[in-house]
Amino acid sequence: MGSMSDIIFMLLFFFMVITTMRESTLYVKIIPPQGSEVVKLEKKSLVSYINVGVPFADQQQKYGTEPRIQLNDQIAELSDIITFVELERTARPEADRPDITTAIKADKQVRMGMISDIKQELRKAGALRIFYNASKGTRK
Amino acid sequence: MARKTPGLNTSSMSDISFLLLAFFLMVSNINTDMGIARRLPPPLPDNVDPPYVKHRNIFTVLVNKDDRLLYNNEYGRISDLKDRVKEFLGNPDNLPNLPEKTPVDIPGLGMYEVSKGVISLRNDRGTSYDMYLQVQNELTAAINEMRDELATTRFGKHYSDLNKEQHKAIEMAIPVAISEAEPTKIGAK
Repeated sequence: MGSMSDIIFMLLFFFMVITTMRESTLYVKIIPPQGSEVVKLEKKSLVSYINVGVPFADQQQKYGTEPRIQLNDQIAELSDIITFVELERTARPEADRPDITTAIKADKQVRMGMISDIKQELRKAGALRIFYNASKGTRK
Repeated sequence: MARKTPGLNTSSMSDISFLLLAFFLMVSNINTDMGIARRLPPPLPDNVDPPYVKHRNIFTVLVNKDDRLLYNNEYGRISDLKDRVKEFLGNPDNLPNLPEKTPVDIPGLGMYEVSKGVISLRNDRGTSYDMYLQVQNELTAAINEMRDELATTRFGKHYSDLNKEQHKAIEMAIPVAISEAEPTKIGAK
């Protein structure tokens, strides 16, 4: 009985160490595309996420059924991206700023028009390191 | 002289740590983000024309709104794309219709004939993100395989096992030369 709490503590520490807190709730449904050449996203603290997808069924009253952009924890417009990038940049220490990556997490059904618009905004904002989120696996 | 230590009631200890454990179990997500990394080109100033690239140095990949592929003006399948790109970028027999090469002195690798080939990727606004990523994936696969082959012949190791300088050398020898054009607007929304 005495070792019980020790074991639990060990498990506890294990989970505490590997945990990354979920930062925000998603409002859009994202099924990422699959690829065989995917690599791990390094330096997670320097990553800002742009989520693109169709809003969940319970959010559709508010946000409609067309794909939307979610920045952090709110649905945003295309024109908000530049401000978002600036905010994310000022939140990081100056030495790390060149390494900031913008990860585009998009649903596989999203049309490229939207993604291209986002990429153009990112270019304007000077966020040139991007990352297309995908899960590992091969299609078909 | 045995002194009695005052007993500490530890019976609730495991309950407390169980609660904490359950909490961390719930909030943790182990899955790491995977994907394909790319660099966007910096915005081009208005008065500067894009650099001229010779016809033989361009391999065009077009993806239309129905996710169909056209490369170098012929219909193609995604499964052939990787080999075509490798043939284009590698140009092993120095054919006149495939890209030119320039000798570059790469530290750690010596003189190497770097291909001038550029893959020009253009999609429609109606192309699905899924297809776009498949194409990007195949292009990455082609470059990765070429890098791996070069690493094996020059260093006798796989590309992923190389050290930092060797990585840099291989990256210089086989750059990611993908140029993306503005999308067409046929399937526009």
